[in-house]
Amino acid sequence: MSLLEIKDLKITFGGLDALSGLNFHIDEGEIVSVIGPNGAGKTTFFNAISGLVTPTEGEILFEDESIVGLDPSTVTSLGIARTFQNVRLFPNMTILENVMVAQHCRTSQLIYGALLQTKAFKREEREIRERAIEVLEFFGHRLVGYRMDQPAFALSYANRRRLEIARAMATQPRLLLLDEPVAGMNPIETAELTALVGRLRSEWGFTIIMIEHDMKVVRDVSDRVVVLDHGVPIAQGSYDEVSTNPDVVEAYLGRPVEAN
Amino acid sequence: MSILAAPMPSSALDQDWRKVLRWGVICGGTLIALCLVGMPVELDRREIIERYMSLGYLSVVLVPIVIGWVSASQVVLEGFESRKQGLFDLVTGLVVGVIGGGLLSLLMVALDSWNLRDPLVNWSPKLFRFLTYENGMGFGAGAWIVTCGVLGLAGASLHVMPRFARRIVGIVMIGLLSLSVLEAAVSDVSEGFGLEWLTDLIYAKKGGLTLTSTFVVGAVMAVVAALTDGRVKAVTNRYRDMEGVERQKASIILFAVVAVLCIVLPMFLGKIMNELLANVGLFLLLALGLNIVVGLAGLLDLGYVAFFAVGGYTTAVLTSPNSPWFAPELHFGFSLIFVVIFAIIVGLVIGAPVIRMRGDYLAIVTLGFGEIIRLLFMSDWLGPYFGGAQGITNVPGVDLGFATVKGTDPRSVFYLVLFFSVIAIYVSWRLQASRLGRAWMAIREDEQVAEAMGINTVSAKLMAFVVGAVLAAFSGAVLVAKVGSVFPTSFMILISIIILVVVIVGGMGNIAGVMVGSFVLIGVLGGPKQPGLLQEFQNFKLLIYGMLLVFMMLKRPEGLVPSARRSRELHQDEFLQDAWLKGDKPGIDDDGDAAPLLVGDGGGEEE
Repeated sequence: MSLLEIKDLKITFGGLDALSGLNFHIDEGEIVSVIGPNGAGKTTFFNAISGLVTPTEGEILFEDESIVGLDPSTVTSLGIARTFQNVRLFPNMTILENVMVAQHCRTSQLIYGALLQTKAFKREEREIRERAIEVLEFFGHRLVGYRMDQPAFALSYANRRRLEIARAMATQPRLLLLDEPVAGMNPIETAELTALVGRLRSEWGFTIIMIEHDMKVVRDVSDRVVVLDHGVPIAQGSYDEVSTNPDVVEAYLGRPVEAN
Repeated sequence: MSILAAPMPSSALDQDWRKVLRWGVICGGTLIALCLVGMPVELDRREIIERYMSLGYLSVVLVPIVIGWVSASQVVLEGFESRKQGLFDLVTGLVVGVIGGGLLSLLMVALDSWNLRDPLVNWSPKLFRFLTYENGMGFGAGAWIVTCGVLGLAGASLHVMPRFARRIVGIVMIGLLSLSVLEAAVSDVSEGFGLEWLTDLIYAKKGGLTLTSTFVVGAVMAVVAALTDGRVKAVTNRYRDMEGVERQKASIILFAVVAVLCIVLPMFLGKIMNELLANVGLFLLLALGLNIVVGLAGLLDLGYVAFFAVGGYTTAVLTSPNSPWFAPELHFGFSLIFVVIFAIIVGLVIGAPVIRMRGDYLAIVTLGFGEIIRLLFMSDWLGPYFGGAQGITNVPGVDLGFATVKGTDPRSVFYLVLFFSVIAIYVSWRLQASRLGRAWMAIREDEQVAEAMGINTVSAKLMAFVVGAVLAAFSGAVLVAKVGSVFPTSFMILISIIILVVVIVGGMGNIAGVMVGSFVLIGVLGGPKQPGLLQEFQNFKLLIYGMLLVFMMLKRPEGLVPSARRSRELHQDEFLQDAWLKGDKPGIDDDGDAAPLLVGDGGGEEE
């Protein structure tokens, strides 16, 4: 059984087909990369899954249940979390708060508990905090300690990307959507994050769909690669199969001029 | 870091004349505007120092002092050696004052030659007489040029004095000023403590300090200022440096002192002061509610007065025997339950359609709803139920068994307001640090991402709306019990605006800030209809509100007592700079091996 299955997905923005005829599935525990030139529809694909964009046609099934038309928050509570291509943290909240707030849909205390400081409320607050620290510690010493009480805007670029992943992890998803996780990082950080993506699966049990431009990262982590071009999937398969596929080469490099 | 020197002027006359001229024109413009607003003439009746100084002259005289001081202050940059201030700055102040006085004289000439009374109401012979001291034009013009010059010089000289002298002069001036301006309040307080003889001694019979008492009180203040020099700062610093348990202990003691003061002090205060404190409390309650909506959840609600009205009308209908349609004459405490219920219902009814809008659109639509509610209560359609423009009168006070809270006994009203304010403060404090509070903050920061992170933004925002509505409704209920009647005109849009100003000036998102804001604005300046400490400025209240708001937005947008978060938000660059100076380089990763390679953009653009 596939964890996520997409059938004939079509998304139209006023006459432009951002995606058309996309069929896709991912099994529990897989890491799948989505690649393609700029404007191929990769981020739209993510937006459709996470509920930010409603598909024009087609079906999105998460654990055999349709999630088309659901609110982004409902989709997240079902177990799909994402990061954003242009890092979008809550810049003026502290690092700890950024991760704590992401557990909103896994917790339930409202006004009553907070006002009366009930036992359940205190226990839940403590658990939220512990879980947040646990998630942050996954990234080593960088996001914990004195850093936890700093505002997110004070972080370096690479740490902001890490915090964004931490925030997505804190929603306790089953499927994690990473939108260009290593964009803008230097080779050392890239290598480190590549290893981290592998650990996200092995240690935390996430199934991962990743959009990435860095082919080295794609080769190192993904079980399967899907290539999009102009909103249409043009190839699927292992990295080696895809990278030698003439259609893919053409999409990236263009068609050689044929003499006639 | 090498010390760089700021550019040094070669002599006292080597001024930046453009800057001096600019400040001079600002000084003159302020003086002229002040005169044409009518403040000096109207306040001339109120004596500050018997026979020598009236509040009217004082308001004019303060302008060149303040502007002289501002014009002579220099920007101190870290790492730059600052220029030693001296003769150069005195010249600046003097010239600025003289230019200001000159422009004021031009106004006098204009007053004498033309009659512009038609558009400018205060263009009157009275103003002319005020400005010339009834001594003719030449004398007036000369006198003002000289006095303004001297006062500008005096303002600038504050920079030149040694720190100790500046402190004493400052304290004496401010002390005398407040003692004389707040005469009514001071008499009221001293009466409660049985110190009438002291106020009789200080103040003249017709109002204002006597000349002798001015000197005596001034001298006493100077001595006190000299003795306490450095002590106050030491105490606050010690409190600030405390950590952990010690800090907690100190905070508890501080809190206890404030609590005891709140309970005990009103017993010694007279009617005027208690009335004033009760008004402050009513607005504090409103402001705390709005602070949750605007400060925490970031929903700019300009129709907040609607919930105030709902609270008021619910109480009036349920408790007053004069309610035209349905008069169960419930007890106030019992009617509170219904106040809460109706506030929640109206909060949901207004909130549900409005909440999907963002930013400016939300502000406009709530503004409309605020007016709609008021007009509904006023309308003929609902007239048979709520009394229309006649309102509902004869609302009984709150019968507590051992005492009755009603408007004629402002002390009891204050205690009732205090009770509700404590509830409101507790609610804000607890909610801020809860799951819901964090969700509100996330929505304020980036609504779309908050939703993608699993927060149901619609229900979280509705919750903020409803909590704010309930607090406002409490305030409305107390207001009606205090005044004993309710009219649609009590719920003008101005109230929404003034509460918003209280929240902004005090410090958005910070409970202490909102408290300070309501004390400063409602307590000192006064509410829309309620007099504050500065009763004389009643007619110019909105003008002062506006000026204060503009000033705050320019100089201190985070408010008087900002929340740490908000000031970080508005001063991101400074925060990053400070962090850099402390050795925590935010732009660079603290990975030992990788650090040299990394280039972070630190405080770069956030989407």
